[in-house]
Formats: sequence, C-alpha cells, structure tokens
Amino acid sequence: MTDAASPHPAGVIEIQSHYMAQVQRRRLYSGLTLLIFVILMVAGFNIADARNAGGFWDGVLNIGDYPAEVISEAWEKRADLPGLIARFFPALIETINIAAVSTIIGASAGLILSLLSTRGLARWPVLIPLFRRTMDIMRAVPEIVIALVLIFVLGGGPVPAMIAIAIHSAGALGKMFSEVAENADLKSVEGLSSTGATWLQKMWLSVLPQVAPNYLSYTLLRFEINIRASAILGFVGAGGLGYELRNAMAWGPGRFDEAAAIFILLFGTIVLFDQISSRYRNRLTEGQNG
Amino acid sequence: MTSADLDLVKSNTDALMQRKQLVAFAFPAVILVYFIYVFFAFDIAGLAKRANWDNAVTLASDSWSYKVHVTRSNRTGEIEYAVEGERKGRYPDGQRPDWVSGQDITTIDLGSDTIVRLLSDNRTEVDVPSFGLIEAQAEGRQITTNLGGQIPDWISASDRRVAITTPEGRITITGSKTEVFNYFPGWELFWFTFESPYHGYGLGQILFGDRIDPARGNIQGAVYDWWNNAMWRHNEVAWAIGETILMAFLGTFGAAIIALPLSFMAAKRFAPIMLVRAATRRLFDFVRGVDALIWTVVLARAFGPGPLTGSLAILITDTGTFGKIFSEALENVDEKQIEGVNSTGAKPLQRYRFGVIPQLVPILLAQILYFLESNTRSATIIGAITGGGIGLMLTQAIQTQKDWEEVAYYIILVVVMVMFMDSVSGWLRGRLIGRKD
Repeated sequence: MTDAASPHPAGVIEIQSHYMAQVQRRRLYSGLTLLIFVILMVAGFNIADARNAGGFWDGVLNIGDYPAEVISEAWEKRADLPGLIARFFPALIETINIAAVSTIIGASAGLILSLLSTRGLARWPVLIPLFRRTMDIMRAVPEIVIALVLIFVLGGGPVPAMIAIAIHSAGALGKMFSEVAENADLKSVEGLSSTGATWLQKMWLSVLPQVAPNYLSYTLLRFEINIRASAILGFVGAGGLGYELRNAMAWGPGRFDEAAAIFILLFGTIVLFDQISSRYRNRLTEGQNG
Repeated sequence: MTSADLDLVKSNTDALMQRKQLVAFAFPAVILVYFIYVFFAFDIAGLAKRANWDNAVTLASDSWSYKVHVTRSNRTGEIEYAVEGERKGRYPDGQRPDWVSGQDITTIDLGSDTIVRLLSDNRTEVDVPSFGLIEAQAEGRQITTNLGGQIPDWISASDRRVAITTPEGRITITGSKTEVFNYFPGWELFWFTFESPYHGYGLGQILFGDRIDPARGNIQGAVYDWWNNAMWRHNEVAWAIGETILMAFLGTFGAAIIALPLSFMAAKRFAPIMLVRAATRRLFDFVRGVDALIWTVVLARAFGPGPLTGSLAILITDTGTFGKIFSEALENVDEKQIEGVNSTGAKPLQRYRFGVIPQLVPILLAQILYFLESNTRSATIIGAITGGGIGLMLTQAIQTQKDWEEVAYYIILVVVMVMFMDSVSGWLRGRLIGRKD
C-alpha cells in the first residue's frame, strides 16, 4: 500500500509463482491419491465379485426376493405373529442379558485397566506398557474367536458369548476410559495425596467423580454395540435370538414366519436401545458442559 | 449470612448427602441383584457339569504341540508313520522317524525309557518304567492283555479296546489297528511337507548351500513349496486374510462414499425441507437398526456366500452409521468460515468446497479410519457366517475339533491382522489429519 508505484515488486511475483507451484503440486498429489483409491476400489470390487459364489449383477436383481418371501409368508400367517413374538421373547431377554452382563463386567475391568495404564494415575507406572498391550490384545481378538473356543470347552449357551464380549469390551472401553482419564485434573489428586490417602481412595474420591459422566456415556454406547454382538454370536451357537434365527433359517420356507418374528424383535430391540442410550448420552454430555 | 440461611444450607446439604448415600448403596445393590438373577438365568451352577475339561486340556496341549502317529494295521501288519495321522503328513515310503528302530520287531522309543514294541502276531509290548511291562495281543476283534484286576486310571482296558496314556505318549489297541502317538512341541511341517525336497534343511543351507532340487533354484523352489504347503495351506490363508481386509475396505469406503451426499440431505442447514430430512434420517436409522447380522443373512440369499456379500453387509450397515455421524458433523459446521468465503464472492459450490469441506474432512477421515479398523474385526465375524475370509477358515478349523495348532495359528494371524489395520489406520490418520491421537 505504501509502494503504490510498483504494484508487483519482484518478491511478490516470486512468492506467487512459488505458491502456484505448490498448489499445483498438491493438486497432483491429491489427484494421484484419488486415482489410486479409485483403482483400489474398482479392483477390490472385481476381486470380491469374482470370489463370491454368486455375481453382483445377478444378485442385485434378486436382492428383494428373500425379504419378499419372508414378508409374504409372514403376512399370510399374520395371525400367528404375536404368538411367535411371545415365544421368542425369552431368547430376546437372553440376548439382552448377555449384552448387559458383559457390558457391566467389561466396563468394570476396563475401568481398572484404564486407571492402571494412565500416566500420572497409575499405581505402578513401570507396568503401564504391560497393561496397555494387554488392552490392545483384548481389543484385537474378535469376539467370535473367544466364543467359539469357549463353546468347545464349556458347551453352547450364553456364558461363552458373555465372556467373549466382556473381554473385548474391557479392552475397547479401557482404551477410551484411559483417554478420558488422561485429561482429568490432577489437582484434587494432589490434594488427597497431601492428606495421606491411599491409591484406591485417590481414584475413588478424586478421579472417578471427574470422569464418571464420560465413562457412563461410553459404557452406554458399548451396551448398544454389545446387543448387536450378542445377537451375532448367537448365530454361531451361543444362545439367544441369533441361535433361534439360525434355526428358523435352516428350516427354510414354511418357517419364514418365525424368521420374520425374530427380525421384528431384533430390529425393535436395537432401535429401542439406540434411542434410549443416545438420549441418556446426550443428557450426560450436556450436563457436563452446562 | 443469618443463622436461618445457614440452617437451610445445612438441611439442603444433609438431604443431598443422604440422597448420594442412598445412590451409592442402591446402585451396587441393584447390580448385585441383577447378577444373582443372571446367575440363575444362565445356569452358571450347571456350567461346571456341562463343561468338558478334557476338551480344554486337548486344546491347550494341541495348540503348541503336534503328534506323530505310528499305526500298525492288525490285518495286514503294515506300519505307517504320519504327522497328526493325516495323509498329507505321511512319511514317504522307506522313511520313518529316528525314534523308531528294528526290522522284525519295531521298537518305538517314546522317551524317558518308555518303549513300545510292535511284535509279530499282532502282539504289542509297552514298557512303562514306573509300572512294568504291559503285553497285549489282538486276535480278530478280541484283545487279550496281561493286566490283572488292578488297573491304574491312566489305562482303560476292555476286551475290545485298550488305551494307555502316559506323559510320553498315548497307545490305543483295537482289533483292527495298534496306534502309538508320540508328542513333540512345535508346529510340525509348518515350512515344508515331506514331499518337498527342502524338508529337513535349515535356512542357511537353503539360502547359501548347494542346489537341493536340481530342477529349481533353492530360494525360488523353497518359497514355492512353502507357499503351496498342503498341510498349512499358506497361500489359502493369505488369500483369506486378503479377503477379510478387502471386505472391511470395500464396506467402509463404499459406505462413506454413499453416506456423504446423503448426509447433506439429513442436515438441517443444507436440507431446509423437513420431509426430506426426516425421510433420510429414518432411512439411516432403518439400515443401522436392521444390523449387519440380518443384512448378511438377507444378502447371502441373493449373492451366495463370499466376500462380496460380506462387503455389502458392512457397506449397508455403515451407511446408516456414517450418515448419522456425518450429518451431525454437518450441523456443527462453523458459519464463520462459510461467511468468509462468501464475502470473496464465491458461488454456492465454491462455498461448500472451501467453507464446509475443510472443516468436515478431519472429522470424517478420523471416523472412517476408525471404522476401517473395527470393520476388520466385523469382517472376520461376518465371514464366519457368510462364508469368506479368515473367519470361515477359523470356524471350520474349530468345528473339526482336532486341528488346534491351526486354530492357534489363525487366531494369532487374526490378532496380528487387526493390530496391523489398527496401526495402518492410526498412521493414515496421522498423515492425513496431521495429528495423532
């Protein structure tokens, strides 16, 4: 502005050309990344299509067949539907129980693991890496692996699924909990330390009240996820609604009304608990901000 | 502060404390009652009866050890040596393990002076140092032994079948065959089966030694034989892991691509028409609520088992989840940046490109990459249901209930795969968003 006589001094032009070159280079890079991504997606789709039993383009046209069959048969026998829903209700309760118990156990274990593996709070700071790796492994093992192995030892039923989901939940929640605990205010911990409080007292009286809303919110989210997981594990023999679904499916046509009743129960449960948990989670996080 | 005020505060505090005390006791009490209910609902007391601890022992020992079967047919007298008793693990003709010796009398040294001798006329001698000599003979379907009335619990003997279990190995004798199992630690034939000329050679010999197979170079031949190992099927396992990762990749990114435009329709700021917004949101809720399990079941009917079905199941479920997350992120976009871009005279599309997208990208990428890792786990589970990838191999291996070393191998691979995807997604997040959390 002071140098109105020469609007384009050499420095500015240089900067501009540098800037344009940089922009072009960046565009080239993002273009290349996008290209690689598109190639990966297309190639991946083709591989998946080739290795699938039925092709994508044949299947897409038949996608509605099975739901249509199930719905039409269920509609024909709609008078039985309430009775079937009542019959499968205990299985639903079992699925929810598996999810609830494993969430409680997983959250308790995750709470302990998280406090033990958070810098500044840990009881034995030397062992932090050990507890972290433990949580990593607990998180990495898919539930189905533990469930199938335990079914072999303990026999079918809800307990293998419960243990499997609890182990995974402990790992997953432990990590999230420890991220929250890292941000906890240490002043109150120091205050308690000065009174000679033990580690347990410090955690109970100063850390937990700070992190409780977030912990509860994560636990509710996990409960939502665990309901789905417990339904899926039922499908491989761990009891509950998934197990009934597999049996109904195995019968094929003629029992589609049973499959429909189970679909309805499962869908309704998942949506219901989604709504409840998201409402409570909103309240918890809002309460914290307010 | 007057004393009346003080009293009020005091009574309020008392009430609050009392309520807190009540909650502090009621909450654990409710959980305790619930656990008691579950204890009976799940029949935990009956669990000990149903549990099969022999299975647990087999599982624990088989997963890190292998056994070599020495089988004598009591009809033809032929003796066969095979790892895990599998056809693929059979010793080639004329070869046998070095702990077996003798011509007419085959002597099997199980270690710690426990010796089994396979004699003529279908006679078998088992020499257990702490017990003595056990003799058995098979005639037709009948087994006669020198065991008297006092039989220790590690031997089970009837006139049809004799089973002896020692810490060194196991011997079973029936009318048709005599089998000796010798246990060793490790995963046998993991690198090469007996058919491969490279079996028994060390890494140094293969890399630097003379050419073992005249037809092929050492490294090339060894890699080929390892890759096509019939016992451990390394190439199929690699394919299966690839399929699982592919399912997660296609599902996650496909869902993101579909959910992004839809999420604009579900966000208040970008979709002023209430009906469109509500319809899109209900669609998201629906596909999320149906859940991957039901989608898998429905899609498997249309597409058959395979990785495509798995990818589509993940894709459909996650479209709902992503749609919800993305539209929430869109609602929280900061207006100031858009205004700033607007003040330069930008057109609507440019406003989105430079005002909205830069705010969204970090949130979206973080979510997508997080889901990529968690979907690797889902893909393993969905694969077990719909028949594809490492999930299927693992389920099959568990259901055959004997290849526990393979089960252990697959479990390790699955854990490594998930951790690998975890670090890849963490690394990508760090590269693309610029911070690591």
